[in-house]
Amino acid sequence: MSTVVLLIVTGLGLGALYFLIASGLSLIFGLMDVLNFAHGAFLALGAYGTWWAANFLPGAGPDGAGFLLALVFGVAAGTLAATLVELCVIRPLYGRHREQILATVGLSLATPALLQAVWGADPLTFPKPDLVRGTVEVLGANIPRDRLLLILAAVALFTALWLFNSRTRYGLIVRAGVQDRAMVTALGIDVRKSFTLVFAIGGAAAALAGALGGLYYGVVTPTQGMSLLIFAFIVVVIGGTTSLTGCAIASVTVALVQQFANYYTVAGLGDIAVVIVLALVLLTRQGGLAAKKSAERVA
Amino acid sequence: MTAAGPLLEAADLNVWIEGSHILQGVTFAMPERGVTSLLGRNGVGKTTTVKAVLGLVPRTGRVAFDGVDITAEPTHAIVTRGIGYVPEERGVFAALTVAENLRIAERRPGTHRYDLVHELFPELEKRREQPAGTLSGGQQQMLAIGRALLNDNRLLIVDEPTKGLAPRIVREVADAVARAAEEVPVLLVEQNLSLVRRVGGAAVVLDAGRVVHTGPAPDLLDDADRVRELLGVSRAAAPAAGTAAPADTEGRPTA
Repeated sequence: MSTVVLLIVTGLGLGALYFLIASGLSLIFGLMDVLNFAHGAFLALGAYGTWWAANFLPGAGPDGAGFLLALVFGVAAGTLAATLVELCVIRPLYGRHREQILATVGLSLATPALLQAVWGADPLTFPKPDLVRGTVEVLGANIPRDRLLLILAAVALFTALWLFNSRTRYGLIVRAGVQDRAMVTALGIDVRKSFTLVFAIGGAAAALAGALGGLYYGVVTPTQGMSLLIFAFIVVVIGGTTSLTGCAIASVTVALVQQFANYYTVAGLGDIAVVIVLALVLLTRQGGLAAKKSAERVA
Repeated sequence: MTAAGPLLEAADLNVWIEGSHILQGVTFAMPERGVTSLLGRNGVGKTTTVKAVLGLVPRTGRVAFDGVDITAEPTHAIVTRGIGYVPEERGVFAALTVAENLRIAERRPGTHRYDLVHELFPELEKRREQPAGTLSGGQQQMLAIGRALLNDNRLLIVDEPTKGLAPRIVREVADAVARAAEEVPVLLVEQNLSLVRRVGGAAVVLDAGRVVHTGPAPDLLDDADRVRELLGVSRAAAPAAGTAAPADTEGRPTA
């Protein structure tokens, strides 16, 4: 029983990490029709930014309020990078999908190379505040505290994005833009501002995922963003490209399948199980889990 | 701001779409008052013309609104100069509620004309929390027109508002367009000649991407031979609006 509880809660923790990455990816693709392969770069910048700030930024540190400041710094770094990428790289390439893919793949390759050039290829030990050290007992299972933090962060992000979508004018524009971008423009709305905002939000979520991923794995590496991005893409495809709820359900599904398959079969088989789930979804519901719920899109 | 010049001018508009030369030097001007109807058979470039005016398709040529050259401006900037647009396909956001579809069109705070919209289309107020995708075609058209009327615009561009609607709804939509035309100039793309006759004004006829006729709409509609030649309508003239199932420019009832 405790093993199942442990697998479920740690699976939810991993799912939370996938959601943090995939929600931004889904938002960017849904509104802007941009397949952003550079999303992993924002994640890596968030992770390295937090690590660097915790070690070198005055006032920041590896624990307590110092770590919180380091986390804010890392998220700010990812957000700033995302904003600049949208303004300088993506904006001139709207509607040019091949060029977008080339540019964002280029960034996704260049960023780890740059990080490696500065800090080396070896994993860097990520700071772990006392608050998330150790375990908490849940129904007889010892759950690592960092998994609970990930779950809390994902729930907070889901709530924040839901409120953004349903309660703000920009959210309204995003939901409308997902359906008919040209019509939003024809109503006199500069949809490009929304694009920049959405890209920045996606970058912030990815950077937060990078920092919390550092807690999860205990280390950061230059290629961490790329490997996590693969699962984020799978989540987006399974969840449907425009549904936040679908994205959350898919994140949890992918992570639980991975956890259970890895534990009850052979370590590593979890990844194959995820691909099988992806294939099943594509065969049965080509638009993803949220395909038939158009009224709930991005809600 | 000009005192008495045309409200909208299009000069030598050319549009290519996927290698086809859709608009071939379209030139027309619409006055500061009344309705200007863009007429023509299917596929002659009427919808492309309004899209070119709004910058929704790449084009060459010149477009001026209220005396200001807006050719180089992006669509959202053109629209915020005071243009309401009702596209042919209605452009309602299916997953948004009726209220949200109206709210997203709000521009300047305190100037929204919800009273007018709800007076013309009381149905929209009753269904304000209903997803727009679940409305009937007629209700969606009302929403699209209501959305364009919400702001204090200086020009309405309405593209085939009665297309594909039942006769009863056609009359209601025609009433709304006629009422809107009393308050604001309207550039109307329409094949329903009874509506064109009702709102009067000027007519600009397109054929094969070119303007082939301009003049008062009633004069054109009274000239059966000219109507047959330019619009392909086999009957002499369209019936008065609201008296029968209206005919489009190909002589078919629209309902």
